[in-house]
Amino acid sequence: MMKSKTIRRWSFVHTWTSLICTLFLLLLAVTGLPLIFHHELEHLLGEAPQLSEMAPDTPHLDLQQLVTAAERHREGEVVQYFGWEADEPNGVVAITAATAGTEPNSSYTFMLDARTGEAIEMPAANGGLMMFFLRMHVDMFAGLPGKLFLAFMGILFIVAIISGVVLYAPFMRRLQFAQVRHDRSSRTRWLDLHNLIGVVTLSWALVVGITGVVSACADLVIEAWRADSLASMLAPYRDAPPMTTRAPASNLLDIAAQAAPGMQPDFVAFPGTRFSSEHHYTVFMNGSSHLTSHLFTPVLIDAQTLQVTAVGERPWYMDALGLSQPLHFGDYGGRPMQMLWAVLDVLTIIVLGSGLYLWWVRRRSLQATAREVAA
Amino acid sequence: MSWRGSTFMLPGLIAGLGLVGLFAALLGDGWWDVLAWFGLGLPAALGTWPLLRRRVLTPAQTGQPRSKN
Repeated sequence: MMKSKTIRRWSFVHTWTSLICTLFLLLLAVTGLPLIFHHELEHLLGEAPQLSEMAPDTPHLDLQQLVTAAERHREGEVVQYFGWEADEPNGVVAITAATAGTEPNSSYTFMLDARTGEAIEMPAANGGLMMFFLRMHVDMFAGLPGKLFLAFMGILFIVAIISGVVLYAPFMRRLQFAQVRHDRSSRTRWLDLHNLIGVVTLSWALVVGITGVVSACADLVIEAWRADSLASMLAPYRDAPPMTTRAPASNLLDIAAQAAPGMQPDFVAFPGTRFSSEHHYTVFMNGSSHLTSHLFTPVLIDAQTLQVTAVGERPWYMDALGLSQPLHFGDYGGRPMQMLWAVLDVLTIIVLGSGLYLWWVRRRSLQATAREVAA
Repeated sequence: MSWRGSTFMLPGLIAGLGLVGLFAALLGDGWWDVLAWFGLGLPAALGTWPLLRRRVLTPAQTGQPRSKN
């Protein structure tokens, strides 16, 4: 049996970690709800790129032809990344910007028809309502400080969940599981609901909370990867002079497929971007099994000679970052999983709201008692 | 002690199934997905069901706290 002093301490931890993070967690839960269905909503809003109908085996242009097409579409800009999406095998997502090193929020995203080089706009990737939800969810338009602030709120949320589980025991001492006292005061009923919904959604909320914190720290994780893994692969290039001529990107995918057999390309980072070096094209390959399809193996290809410099290791923190994404987005188990994600998200909103209500009611009753004692 | 009486038995089981569900769909499609829907469907259903119940305003037939001893 827990001592009342211990309960008071845990209660203090639960109250204050929750109170501090609740407003921001509500923001995250509310903006996260449409993001679960962003793919479907983009189709609904007519913002999803639509490729023209062509014969099913129409050949694809090579990558250098697509680079030319991209830079023709965005005059004065350079290609930073090319990416592939599983549900659009004939499309290549192109990200361009003024310079290779331009920060992501100033880049421009569109799709290229890989068969014709035709550019198709992706409005949802560059602005609009879904982008607003995404930015509010990711950094509240405050860049790295915004992300780290939300990561801290996420840590408070995790502490609130753990302290909530500890407090669940004394609250449930005289109650059965899932017993909700509907016939008692509103406060008692909501206390029971808060405890029940909180405890049944425990593992989902913890996993989404932890993977959210990991994702919010992505910039730091990527910097660590650059300083550690990438830097060691680039050791031979430490004193190399700046690159003057760049070999065409045409055969990058074949070269990468030979270096990493059995893997699928996810994206190509062009020289000078933060996922590559000044001297390399880097092709990020996904594994072919279900689990490894979320993990990234970089293949560094010298941008002058087209020789493979290195096939990267996968440091554990990059794997953690890779796995955090599906576990946070809920996009890896079909439509039913998206629906469950939405229900659990709404239940979390109810736990947050009822927690706030319980704190408010209790505070008012304590004040009333204090007044009576004083009178 | 009834099956609902233990404080952490059922919540622990539900949390465990939830974790199994969360990771199952990472490992494969088909039955792995079904396992995920079950593992996450249970908390979704158990959390939603008591909210759908109307408040009981008549004198309590059930809700009295039960003493364990």
